[in-house]
Amino acid sequence: MASIDSIAENLRHLDEFARADTVVHRLDPRAKVVVTLAFVVIVASFDRYTVAALMPFAVFPIALAVLGGLPAGYLAKNVALAIPFALLIGLFNPFFDREVVFHLGSLPVTAGWISCASIAVRAVLTLGAALVLVALTGFPAVCAALEGLGMPRVFAAQMQFLHRYLFVLVDDAARSTRALALRSGGNAPRPTTVASLLGLLLLRTWQRAERIHLAMLARAYQGELHSRETWRFAAAEVAFVIGWVSLFCILRYYDLTRLLGTLVARVLP
Amino acid sequence: MSHHLVELRSVSHVYPDGSVALRDVSIRVTHGECVAIIGANGAGKSTLLLHLNGCLAASSGEVRVGDFPLTRKTLTQVRRTVGMVFQNPDDQLFMPTVLDDVAFGPLNLGLPQADAEQRSRAALERVGAWHLRDKPPYLLSGGEKKRVAIATVLSMAPDILVMDEPTSGLDPVARRQLMALVSEFQHTRILASHDLDMVLALCERTVVLHEGRVAADGASRDIFRDDALLARCRLEKPLAMQGCPVCGVVRLLPRSGAA
Repeated sequence: MASIDSIAENLRHLDEFARADTVVHRLDPRAKVVVTLAFVVIVASFDRYTVAALMPFAVFPIALAVLGGLPAGYLAKNVALAIPFALLIGLFNPFFDREVVFHLGSLPVTAGWISCASIAVRAVLTLGAALVLVALTGFPAVCAALEGLGMPRVFAAQMQFLHRYLFVLVDDAARSTRALALRSGGNAPRPTTVASLLGLLLLRTWQRAERIHLAMLARAYQGELHSRETWRFAAAEVAFVIGWVSLFCILRYYDLTRLLGTLVARVLP
Repeated sequence: MSHHLVELRSVSHVYPDGSVALRDVSIRVTHGECVAIIGANGAGKSTLLLHLNGCLAASSGEVRVGDFPLTRKTLTQVRRTVGMVFQNPDDQLFMPTVLDDVAFGPLNLGLPQADAEQRSRAALERVGAWHLRDKPPYLLSGGEKKRVAIATVLSMAPDILVMDEPTSGLDPVARRQLMALVSEFQHTRILASHDLDMVLALCERTVVLHEGRVAADGASRDIFRDDALLARCRLEKPLAMQGCPVCGVVRLLPRSGAA
């Protein structure tokens, strides 16, 4: 119950950050979406044993978060939540891929451990970037940008409704679970009870969807969600896209971490 | 020749599960009237309201808005003429911000951006909610949501306002504010409500529904004096017409019209 409430709280925070007004907020959402997509694709394109060369990519989410006034604690907490899932994906790599690559002191490090670490690093980077994008742009603007970039209108509308009614649904679920907990007398509720609660929640959501549709029709809805916002893809946006994407390309083909390492090794013989 | 006219001619409605919600209902509401639809739970109030802008189609009978019968062809025109404020504002406010929501209707009507914004601003100022324009709907209080929901309809410049339970869930002050707002409108107004004191204060005329039929249609004051009718339809006198529990004196009826 507390966890459902905290989900809602977390979502509200995300929306609050999006309402601030900084250099990053003022950029056309399409520019931010394009750069973030490029970031995700390039980070994903690395070889599966890459770890060190990925590190410099952290500059993108961090730079944006700093410029956009996003608290480091919030970002760290939410990205940390995703790490267990990423580790789950890479969990079996150390067991199957036992080839020893190098020794850390006396500890042998296998290729499996490296690929597992690589998955975790990629997850942190891409999720961090996506979170920063939504927090500094706002979910509805991201939807509008995706639509502007060619995503079918139906999907954009669905995502927008998902965002709007997630708050209503989460409140509804929190009330139901609270009512359930209050009448459970401290025992864990039976699976059948939970199932029927979820079923009712689904039916209520369904009914609500019908009422919303009626309300939309009553206001002359004809299949298109018009946006009031008019964004301009100006010089700043072009510079933003070209600048970041070129940096990503450079980081993709030149291993900055290794270059730095060789440099340091050369200076300190 | 008036757009402000609403007429139901022998309307019946049967739901797909076979339950009959309206039986042979005939009502005629003319320009500038403020009419209340009252009745017990399940008497057919909400079903009746949903017929007024074509959200539901009559199983038999005819609905006329302005000078046109409500058909598939006239649906768009009718929905522009009849502004419907739903009971639960959360169903009505579905856009990311208040201003987006109020501009939703005008933009759907094909108005240019600037006109839509100007109309939205006027509507929000009318209900005293312009300062809320950039807020997302879920951060509004109940009273604010209700007022914004009314603005979303006003921005479409309807001739007829239909409201389902406009005062439900409001605190006493928010309820009074909403009543003052509704009483100032020049539109033809049709309100469905259980708030009988609001009905008495705002509506000169009341239609009583009972089990899907019109049980009475007349001056609100006369209807609320008919004890037998009220009892039969699971209603009661508005509190303003009942004795004071402390001193036993019946308050004078509120202003408007002859007592």
